[in-house]
Amino acid sequence: MRIVFKTNYMQDIRPWKDRYQLSLYLILLAVVAAAPWWLDAFYLGELTNVLIWAIAGLGLMILTGHTGQVSLGHAAFLAFGCYANIALIEAGVPFLIAFPLAGILTGIAGVTVAIPALWLHGIYLAIFTMALSILMDDIIVLSEPITGGVAGKYVGGVEIFGHLVDRWGTPDQFFWLVLIVTVLVTLGYINLLRAPLGRSFIAVRDSEVSAQAMGIDIARTKMISFALSCAVTGWAGALMGLFAGAFNNETFSVLISIQLLMMIVIGGLGSIHGAFLGAIVIGFLPQFLSISKEYAGALFGGNTVAIPGLEFGIFGMILIAFILFEPMGLYGRWLKIRTWFELFPFYRKDMFKRQKSYLRTERLR
Amino acid sequence: MSLLEFENVTLKFGGLTAVDDLSFEVLEGEVFALVGPNGAGKSTVFNLISRFYDPYAGSIRFDGHDLLRVKPSGVAAYGVARTFQNIELFEHATVLQNLLVGRHQHRKTNLLSELLFLPSARQQEIENREKVEEIIDFLDLQAYRDKMIAGLPYGVRKVVEVARALATDPKLLLLDEPASGLSVEETSDMRWWIDDIRRQMGITVLMVEHDMGLVSGVSDRVLAMADGAKLALGSPAQVQSHPAVIEAYLGKAS
Repeated sequence: MRIVFKTNYMQDIRPWKDRYQLSLYLILLAVVAAAPWWLDAFYLGELTNVLIWAIAGLGLMILTGHTGQVSLGHAAFLAFGCYANIALIEAGVPFLIAFPLAGILTGIAGVTVAIPALWLHGIYLAIFTMALSILMDDIIVLSEPITGGVAGKYVGGVEIFGHLVDRWGTPDQFFWLVLIVTVLVTLGYINLLRAPLGRSFIAVRDSEVSAQAMGIDIARTKMISFALSCAVTGWAGALMGLFAGAFNNETFSVLISIQLLMMIVIGGLGSIHGAFLGAIVIGFLPQFLSISKEYAGALFGGNTVAIPGLEFGIFGMILIAFILFEPMGLYGRWLKIRTWFELFPFYRKDMFKRQKSYLRTERLR
Repeated sequence: MSLLEFENVTLKFGGLTAVDDLSFEVLEGEVFALVGPNGAGKSTVFNLISRFYDPYAGSIRFDGHDLLRVKPSGVAAYGVARTFQNIELFEHATVLQNLLVGRHQHRKTNLLSELLFLPSARQQEIENREKVEEIIDFLDLQAYRDKMIAGLPYGVRKVVEVARALATDPKLLLLDEPASGLSVEETSDMRWWIDDIRRQMGITVLMVEHDMGLVSGVSDRVLAMADGAKLALGSPAQVQSHPAVIEAYLGKAS
């Protein structure tokens, strides 16, 4: 176990514990950034997909993981970001301006939605946001001039400094674009968590009454959380649109919302790592299933049958298993494994024993 | 000089009068205790000061300001900090983070400077840390600095809650049963801390407490309440021997 001898407040304020930890993350970043050289085109596409999901996960994590407000409607904001981005590009705005703007517009949309949502807690908020997700489908169909309605939209690449970046034409460049956005969002998130605003989110999540007594304006904090969460989700949506190349009103269905929420629960609520770990599970599960189906087919001699809904079925089972056995998610499990090795042989089973409270705010009403 | 003034405050929940025409004032620099049987309205008085409830009638003034015009989240900015009867800490955060939340009302940075963590945000974090470390030293919480609240024993949580309230730099500290559930040693620690908070930090303390040993040990004046109304006000000894107080606790001698 590495013990850091602290002599300076900055050692707690900066995001890394020591140089060893910093170098690990830098190596990870370098290895991922070099992916186009060591991955074939198919898996590079999958990795890009995972990163986009991770951005979306970070978006929802701000709201659900750190502010304690469940949202089953984040697909609506994915859609909003996606269509806003495309609409701006089609209006002639260059991508480098359209893309940030799409996120900001989604954030503003999020605040508008947040105003009625401020009165709602827990399950009621979940229902409200889920309704929003369903409603978005109709809104997209109705605003056909912008969104293309049921026929949907097709996008080619985007132009960055006169250079065409396209998912199919130049997968390497598209991957790096996604990676840059991922890194920027993650850095912003890390900064948020070590600043007063991030702590006020956690305060609102854990106890609204005492947050209020500490001078935190609950409504305002929730609104900022919605805004940031939706902005990040909007960016993920914009990238998702570019990645998919074609989308319509059914692309961002309520199932995507549920998948997103499941993703951060599996990854581990209330941690940045959780969003990434969850995205890896979500991103690679379909591939893993199809590969294991082939193996199963070869093993039992039968031909591979397509079972409809298999993916969601397995996904649901994984979720149930996590909620029952590891409510802290993959990241929580990793922390336990790491502590076990660090403290060997002194690890105790109840070291991570906590009150199992997912949404403590509910209890206070 | 009076810091907090209650003037004919009445609060009703439907047909129940929780606080009944209550008037008292807390002087600057004193330790003022509220005692009374369960349901007497002591915690309700705290919640009125925190602005969780709007009184039915009467006025509450703090440090020359009309507190009733302040919203609940604005009370802290005037210099009122509090603890809760059933500890309300931020469970899934460390002790340090909890205390830093107490510094929230002194926040000077905006969203953008925090997202980019500009030098101003860093400077503010260092200043917050210095303040918080003073309190950690004062209340002997060094050993728990980086521990999660969820894993801490009850007695420590009580102290952390006091620490978090102190981190806001209050003029008036409201302690809701600071010694409930504490062991004899912990209670006597709490007693010295309350004494030090008043003497060293110059903070006025208003507390609700059932432990009469603690009350008579630290408080200058005691207000006894029953059914939301004032029974007796005076020094701890005066209040304890007041016939109305004895009657409220023990019943009328037949």
